[in-house]
Amino acid sequence: MALLEMRDVSVTYRSGGLDVPAVRGVTLSVDAGQTLGIAGESGCGKSTLTSTILRMQPKSANVTGEVLVGGKDVTTMKWGKVRALRWAQASMVFQGAMHALNPVQKVGAQIAEPILLHDKKATKPAADKRVGELLELVGLPARRADAYPHQLSGGQKQRVMIAMALACGPQLVIADEPTTALDVMVQAQVLDLMASLVKELGLAMVLISHDLSVLSTSCDRVAVMYAGQIVEEGPATQVFDSPAHPYSGALAGAFPRIGDERFRYAPTGLPGDPPFPGELPDGCAFHPRCPRAFDRCTRESPVLLQLTQPGADRRASCHLAEVRA
Amino acid sequence: MSTDSVLTPPPALETRGIEVSFRGRGASTTARAVDGVDLALGRGEIVALVGESGCGKTTLARTILGLQKSTAGEVLVDGEPLTSSSKALKAYRRRVQLVLQDPTGALNPRHTVYEAVAEGLRIHGLVEAEEKRVAQALSLAGLRPAERFFLRYPHELSGGQRQRVVIAGALALEPDIIVADEPVSSLDASVRGEILALLLRLREELGLSLLVVTHDLGLAWNIADRVAVMYLGRIVEQGPTEELLRDPKHPYTRALLSVVPETERLEPVVLTGEPPDPTRIPTGCRFHPRCPVVASGEATRLGIEEACRGTALPVLAASGPHAAACHLPGSTTT
Repeated sequence: MALLEMRDVSVTYRSGGLDVPAVRGVTLSVDAGQTLGIAGESGCGKSTLTSTILRMQPKSANVTGEVLVGGKDVTTMKWGKVRALRWAQASMVFQGAMHALNPVQKVGAQIAEPILLHDKKATKPAADKRVGELLELVGLPARRADAYPHQLSGGQKQRVMIAMALACGPQLVIADEPTTALDVMVQAQVLDLMASLVKELGLAMVLISHDLSVLSTSCDRVAVMYAGQIVEEGPATQVFDSPAHPYSGALAGAFPRIGDERFRYAPTGLPGDPPFPGELPDGCAFHPRCPRAFDRCTRESPVLLQLTQPGADRRASCHLAEVRA
Repeated sequence: MSTDSVLTPPPALETRGIEVSFRGRGASTTARAVDGVDLALGRGEIVALVGESGCGKTTLARTILGLQKSTAGEVLVDGEPLTSSSKALKAYRRRVQLVLQDPTGALNPRHTVYEAVAEGLRIHGLVEAEEKRVAQALSLAGLRPAERFFLRYPHELSGGQRQRVVIAGALALEPDIIVADEPVSSLDASVRGEILALLLRLREELGLSLLVVTHDLGLAWNIADRVAVMYLGRIVEQGPTEELLRDPKHPYTRALLSVVPETERLEPVVLTGEPPDPTRIPTGCRFHPRCPVVASGEATRLGIEEACRGTALPVLAASGPHAAACHLPGSTTT
């Protein structure tokens, strides 16, 4: 069963008398034991989209569509239910472990906080014991509970953030750029840890990153977002190795395959900036930056459709992709 | 010192036996952040200095820039030792410019782009034709037409544009050498390639020498001529990029390379633990407590385990053929 299901989700910010569409009709689902990656540049709407899962979007945001966590729609839930759902059913590993922890509180106390808040019967010693178990689960010695954040390295802080997200035993974990500020080796350690947690605890995980190469090795499926929409979705390695949308292609090409002569002295980027959500271009939102854009792209917006590629469970929205009409 | 300098021009920048230690809290603890590094940057060359956080790569870069005093060793510019007199340092710093990791943090939010780029010119007393110099630097950095950016503030720019402003600030002083500390690690994937392409173009058009400090081996493959891999204060492997990344010799380099998502041909070797403590550098090979070759028993089979644990390795030559500081046979091509 899908632990998370998003059906035609749109988020519009009301800003200065203008409606700014940050997310435009996204449909996605994640099963238990599965990791879904969401890729895209800053401002593509990936963080806004995932903020709706815990109903954390700002007041100025208007959400339409359905966000089902464990079959219940979060968008229409009563506040009390939302509060109960946060941490216990779905939790979040926030971006920038460096700054997300309280610098003047021991990390153990920070991990214990949601436990004590959610389980009224929980006692301090029981919570402390649970904190020790959680720290060991993420590969830290239990005695590190007594450390302050500044006494930990970046990788250790990220592990604390993950322990905190697991404190109340959620089934769904959302990780927003969990490894962006980390070194390659520490990044590999943290990704390994998250993969083993997904496997051992049967979690469903949503991994947000701008690095498609990281997502391709650590996710089952990947959704690529541009200007608030999914432009491509499919099995992670297929999207990275043979992207169907030119934007996924640009993201995949940004990280060179080491040893591949084509990338030697040839870093590839994507000129220009993503459009401001309030001033989207006509036709395909990507056409002003697309190296392969033609006439039709400037007039007609493509629809996200299943690819015709035999046996593939992939979707793309591009006039050039061979899709089932 | 070297007689062959008559034949070949000295490198633009060279370090010889650089050591930097920091006194710890206790009287007896000393952190040897940089522990004997020979590094050379040829004219018009791009060298990537690669390593994990805490390996000393940033301290080494700061020492090269004269922002950090070395405990031992020297920095040579065009073959001449750098003196620490403030006058010499000021002249030197005009020639060697720094580009930092996080452009948002590097730019004063209350300064316009023009002020940010002109600041260095004013410090160095280059007041003549200031506007022209600023415009030129901005367009070199790819912000064209430059005049349109003069009065913009950092918050009005995208991440990539901000990094271009930082680079323009460095270019305004017409340096020979740029030291870039993680120039793209905080940027979006799409912008990353653009900035790297800019660095390559600057080398081509201006003949700049570039030392790029990074943990990103993909970046090295994209732009660097040579790679030096640093571990716990030492260069443990160095050589031309193609050779080093296609055929890494040091087990540490191999492990680093195996966890880069873009390399599939290697079985991932995830080293456990964090980089070790520079206050307690292990005896023998400094990598041996984490080395997969020692842990798997392969070192014992090869009869080198004793050496790995007890025999220190010499400092690698600053340039020349691909070599690794490792007891494994075939590490150095002598």
